[in-house]
Amino acid sequence: MKTVTLFIAGLLLYACSAEAQRYMTKSGNIKFYSDSRMEKIEAYSHVVSSIVDMTTGDFVFKVPMKSFAFEKALMQEHFNENYVESEKYPNATFLGKVVNVREINLGKDGLYYANVTGKLTIHGITKEISEKGSFEVKEGKLIGKSRFNVLLEDFNISIPGAVILNISKSIEITVDVTLEKATM
Amino acid sequence: MKNRIFILLAITGMMISATATAQDDLMNMLNKDEKPAIDYVSATFKTTRVVIGHSSENPPKGNLLFLITHHFGALNTGYENLFGLKQATIRLGLEYGVTDWLGLGVGLNTLRNTWDGFLKVKVLRQSTGAKRMPLTMTLLASTAIYTTRWEDQTRKNYLSSRISYASQVIIARKFGERFSFQIAPTYVHVNLVPTAEDHNNIFSLGGGGRFKISQRVSVNAEYYYLFPGQIKSRPAYSSFSTGVDIETGGHVFQIFLTNSMGENMESIVTETAGTWFNGNIFLGFNISRIFTVVKPKEFK
Repeated sequence: MKTVTLFIAGLLLYACSAEAQRYMTKSGNIKFYSDSRMEKIEAYSHVVSSIVDMTTGDFVFKVPMKSFAFEKALMQEHFNENYVESEKYPNATFLGKVVNVREINLGKDGLYYANVTGKLTIHGITKEISEKGSFEVKEGKLIGKSRFNVLLEDFNISIPGAVILNISKSIEITVDVTLEKATM
Repeated sequence: MKNRIFILLAITGMMISATATAQDDLMNMLNKDEKPAIDYVSATFKTTRVVIGHSSENPPKGNLLFLITHHFGALNTGYENLFGLKQATIRLGLEYGVTDWLGLGVGLNTLRNTWDGFLKVKVLRQSTGAKRMPLTMTLLASTAIYTTRWEDQTRKNYLSSRISYASQVIIARKFGERFSFQIAPTYVHVNLVPTAEDHNNIFSLGGGGRFKISQRVSVNAEYYYLFPGQIKSRPAYSSFSTGVDIETGGHVFQIFLTNSMGENMESIVTETAGTWFNGNIFLGFNISRIFTVVKPKEFK
């Protein structure tokens, strides 16, 4: 009898975690920006897809490299062809966790700070990162924002000697995603 | 008792594996109902020229390309002529990408003060993903008019006698990251030819390729086969050019050797007057610089 109870309890617990509070988007925004003496580089994508599970804190996002739009078409071609090699590595991904997920009260509108850690993969190279950001609970939606810097060399993105002064080694990334409750 | 421990273990195991793969599950969820996008192949060729002839490419939408083409004189002109270094044939060109599929261009050649203008339409674009297309196909329609003084001032000359036309069907494919190839059946119509035995309609079959040897350097080669028997009153040969593309930021620098003195399609096909074997080789280079005229909407 006890065994059965335990089993059912376990199952329920498992089912609970599967029936999670998931928020999702497919049209999130990401921008990257670098400013050096010679050249300002700026690019936007509006097709970031992301899911966050507010029960467990699990958080993933993905952006197709080819979706980044640059001011100069040639810069975009160089970015895809020479720097991030989009044919070989089509997406940048993040798999991680919102560490302080319990501090975010989905029932109460407001701005909550978030600590996010996990694995960021760009150009086929995975790096453990830990960054700060925020989640804003607003009318049942979850607006996630973060701004952080990555070093190009960490992701094995090399800059040729001829343009080394034109491109900053550190790139600022700004993420802005509006997640809506997923029905699944 | 044993039973209970086993079940407990099983449940714990289940839950651990559930958390370990939770992020992967979420990622799979994103991947699963993702609509595949059309993934157009980019940079089949680095510029609008393979070497001296047209490639399947146009400048990107809203971009203006300034192209300087320079040929020195022929190598076989000897030391007196410093093996061609004393001479130059230049073409200055502007090309504009009106849309992703339409390009327009004009050029001024120092060879017989020839102006040329052309239209390049991309009818097919090589792509994968939601739409699979194995090839890129570009149609070229070009007109050239030379504007030097009439050679024979005594006869009645017509403006139309100065004009020739070139049409091409450029069929290109990028085979993987390093290698691209195109074939280009070409038709040139010359309004006025020197003698009655010379054809007005001239056919040529072009082929060209690019092989990337590093991220920014590629080796290119191009051949325009002139079908024999079309030009009789003067020497005319097939054109072969080979060179290196070097890319630096907004510039593409192409340095090459060719047996064609001309720099527009009409001239390359019909006026290649010597061969590689008799040393009728010209050293030349193209410099292209691209300017963004219409910015994408985020940057306006």
